[in-house]
Amino acid sequence: MIPEVAMKFQGKVATPMILEVEKGAIKKYADAVGDENGLFWDEEYGRNSRYGSIVAPPGFFGWPLKWKGTFVLMTELRNEFMKALAAEGYIRFLDAGIEYEFISPIRAGDTLTASLEIESVTGQETKAGTRIVCVNKTSYYNQFGALVAIARQTSFLSRT
Amino acid sequence: MARNLLYWEDVEVGSELPALAKTATTLMLVKWAAASADFNPLHFDLPFAESQGIGRPIVHGQLKRAWLVQLLTDWIGEEGWLKKFSCQFRGMDYPINMKSISEPAEDKVTHWCKGKVVNKSVENGEYLVECEIWVEDETGKPTTPGTATVVLPSRAG
Repeated sequence: MIPEVAMKFQGKVATPMILEVEKGAIKKYADAVGDENGLFWDEEYGRNSRYGSIVAPPGFFGWPLKWKGTFVLMTELRNEFMKALAAEGYIRFLDAGIEYEFISPIRAGDTLTASLEIESVTGQETKAGTRIVCVNKTSYYNQFGALVAIARQTSFLSRT
Repeated sequence: MARNLLYWEDVEVGSELPALAKTATTLMLVKWAAASADFNPLHFDLPFAESQGIGRPIVHGQLKRAWLVQLLTDWIGEEGWLKKFSCQFRGMDYPINMKSISEPAEDKVTHWCKGKVVNKSVENGEYLVECEIWVEDETGKPTTPGTATVVLPSRAG
């Protein structure tokens, strides 16, 4: 059994966030990954590509939405969820995996609106006890209102 | 930098993707923290990592995810499109330390990103290729398995 409070978060949607796709941030990202693809670095290369500009690598915004650059505060909703679970003793957090659907290119200069929903909250019995499995779905829309990507990230929360 | 052009017809089920070598260093993890705004001290603070029972700082799962994305985008070239992607963080991976401001303490590959073609199909006019992908550590143990579907250009036009 998982705490009732956890279930209350299922289906909740966070306040949408506006994300500017900055050229410099794309370059820093590619540098950190060690990805030398000209599409992420080189303006001229990007201009001459099918995209006509530097693009963001798939998954550039990762998951969930980072918030003010502080440690896993993410959206206020996620923060609330984590706090509620911590109060029940679920203090250990594990990033278990991610799933993406990429629909359209994201170009440097785009402005995305990202909407995060706590899609599901379930319990799972393991040798170490019950763990909470939380799936966060983030949908990204561009400045034209088109859905460009969907991310589903799975977290495990456990007591030990 | 010359980019490859990969056609759907030239991909065979069962074939392997060109492997991508990575050297995970503490420097790379710090860069990733800044680039992704993931400042969990688990990835750079030794006493904190010890207190969490994992021994020492570990590679960010999301960085391994980004490596796998690179494995695919390098392979398909810019005419290809990564349509679906997933990976699971099943095992911990560790970075090597630095001996200078730019050089790792050891000159070696710490991780390999690999993949294999498992299916080809044509759906709604899209020429699709499905792959199994994974990151493996130095011992050959896969720590980060996943799947991907890419759309490739076809010679059929």
